[in-house]
Amino acid sequence: MQLLFEQLLNGLQLSLTLFLLAAGLTLVFGIMGVINLAHGSLYMLGAYAGALAAAKFGSFWLALPAALIAAGLIGAAMEWLVVRRLYALDHLSQVLATFGLILFFNGTIAWGVGRAPLQMDTPALLSGFVQLGPGLPYPTYRLAVMGVGVLVALGLWYVIARTKLGMLIRAGSDKREMVAALGVNIAGLFTLVFGLGALLAGLAGVLVGPIRSVQIGMGEQVLITTFVVIVVGGIGSIRGAFVGALLIGMCDTLSRAYAPMLLKMWLTGALADGLGAALSSIMIYLVMAVVLVVRPRGLFPAGG
Amino acid sequence: MGLNRQTFAALLVIACLIAVPYVAPMLGGNYVITLATRVVILAIAASSLDLLIGRGALVSFGHAAYFGLGGYVVGIAAFHLANDVPIFGWAGSNEALVVWPLAMLVSGFAALLIGALSLRTSGVYFIMITLAFAQMIYFVFIALKYYGGDDGLSMTSRNLFAGTRITNAQTFYWICLSALGLCLLIQWRLVVSRFGMALRGAASNERRMAALGFSVYGYRLVAFVIAGMMAGLAGALWANLNRFVSPDMLGWVRSGEFMVMVIMGGLSSLFGPIVGAAAFLLVETALAGWTEHWQVAFGPFVLLVALFAPRGIWGLVSGKGKP
Repeated sequence: MQLLFEQLLNGLQLSLTLFLLAAGLTLVFGIMGVINLAHGSLYMLGAYAGALAAAKFGSFWLALPAALIAAGLIGAAMEWLVVRRLYALDHLSQVLATFGLILFFNGTIAWGVGRAPLQMDTPALLSGFVQLGPGLPYPTYRLAVMGVGVLVALGLWYVIARTKLGMLIRAGSDKREMVAALGVNIAGLFTLVFGLGALLAGLAGVLVGPIRSVQIGMGEQVLITTFVVIVVGGIGSIRGAFVGALLIGMCDTLSRAYAPMLLKMWLTGALADGLGAALSSIMIYLVMAVVLVVRPRGLFPAGG
Repeated sequence: MGLNRQTFAALLVIACLIAVPYVAPMLGGNYVITLATRVVILAIAASSLDLLIGRGALVSFGHAAYFGLGGYVVGIAAFHLANDVPIFGWAGSNEALVVWPLAMLVSGFAALLIGALSLRTSGVYFIMITLAFAQMIYFVFIALKYYGGDDGLSMTSRNLFAGTRITNAQTFYWICLSALGLCLLIQWRLVVSRFGMALRGAASNERRMAALGFSVYGYRLVAFVIAGMMAGLAGALWANLNRFVSPDMLGWVRSGEFMVMVIMGGLSSLFGPIVGAAAFLLVETALAGWTEHWQVAFGPFVLLVALFAPRGIWGLVSGKGKP
């Protein structure tokens, strides 16, 4: 029971991290029609900027803004130099170009920082445990990450549902051409949304830093999970991204915790271990397959 | 004029491929012939992907899955034979004429399952879903510690071909080149057939083809399976070349590289993927020889190809883009 509760919290924390990434990715696709594989690189660069700043200044509270600034600046440069040229191209060229960007960023990190993973310390203020119930300590830092995730989700909801900017974003992801035809500066909106997505990706990266090690390839791994999230949720929809992130985050965490254990009830020894490990890592793809069979455009397709 | 240039370029490519075993010994023996063999094998995989991307406008981002599965079938069959452990009552095998067709069958079957699900979607969904399914297979092989997990699986020797050991690098090159020739011949017959017309028609306007009474889904699924089988054959050859298989063969970077080859070479052209595979390996080899961090230069190169040369090298050579 305690294990289950702890795993549920871990799942929630993963879900909220995935949401930070999925929100940016789904908006960039929904509004600009650009499929950006390098979104995971922004996450990685945020984590690296945070880890390097933390190592240099010895403070998480400086690492946080460093990660945001780095991800924001690199994101802006990326939009200005590359992504802007991709709007008019087909998906194939977009995939190829952003694939090139990933190779470039991974190579640059390997060159400048090295291939060895970096570790990031939990900030002292949040390093302890919170007693959530009798015999149920939970790391304060993970709770704080969840808090940030919830705040960002609420903030995004407010911006998108209640402000004029949000209205333009919603309209843009429904009918891009119509918004442009009504005289909205769609290029400015593109840049803003891309920058917002980059910031959120960088934030996710630096928040995850103290929980997992910071290494090359972390971006691609999370990018593919994020793809699963937005495909399940429906591309272009923030609500879909949120529901998808919850579903996938929970599924992934719970199947990793319980699939090997459940299999051991029927199978024995090495076979159960092997199958359990395989099953727990493919569970989210199975969920995606089921959703697609039922609803090929995801749970909450944007644009009707 | 365009046709003449294209025919000339095609003849030049064929001449180069045939000349390799005769010229290679003069240039430094096995290194050159191994490089050429890699080009030929990757060209098989890339051309099978072109059947999907170029002819069918189906941007599959998980083509490495079928390539890697083909490789693993060869590796696993050899593993069971070498360790004397039967698998599902079968002793395993080291005979190319058994395991290569088996590799194609397994890859084709995987393509059938993945295609049947993925083809329900289109556009960007299709790209992401093919990628996600390929990653799923990748993680399965990472988790299969019995077959080496992360570290991969080594083979003690190459497969036997009709009972004869393939030791000679030249012989293996001829085998791979024949396989490429056969695949291209099949593709050429397919493209000019009713099947190819339907596939290309659906690529340019799906609703029109459906209105004409064609089962677009069915045609696409068949193309997906054929491409998967050819990629599986390429994977089986690749496993033989390196005498090693690992999850990297299935990874998404490999899928991306196949796409780069197809586009760099030129979409919807039989010879484009060969040129693309050759150019890709030459650039990679040159950059890797220059610096360990070759990706720093290779990434922007790929980016520039995507932005400024969407018709690829073949498009420049033959003087026309999509036929």
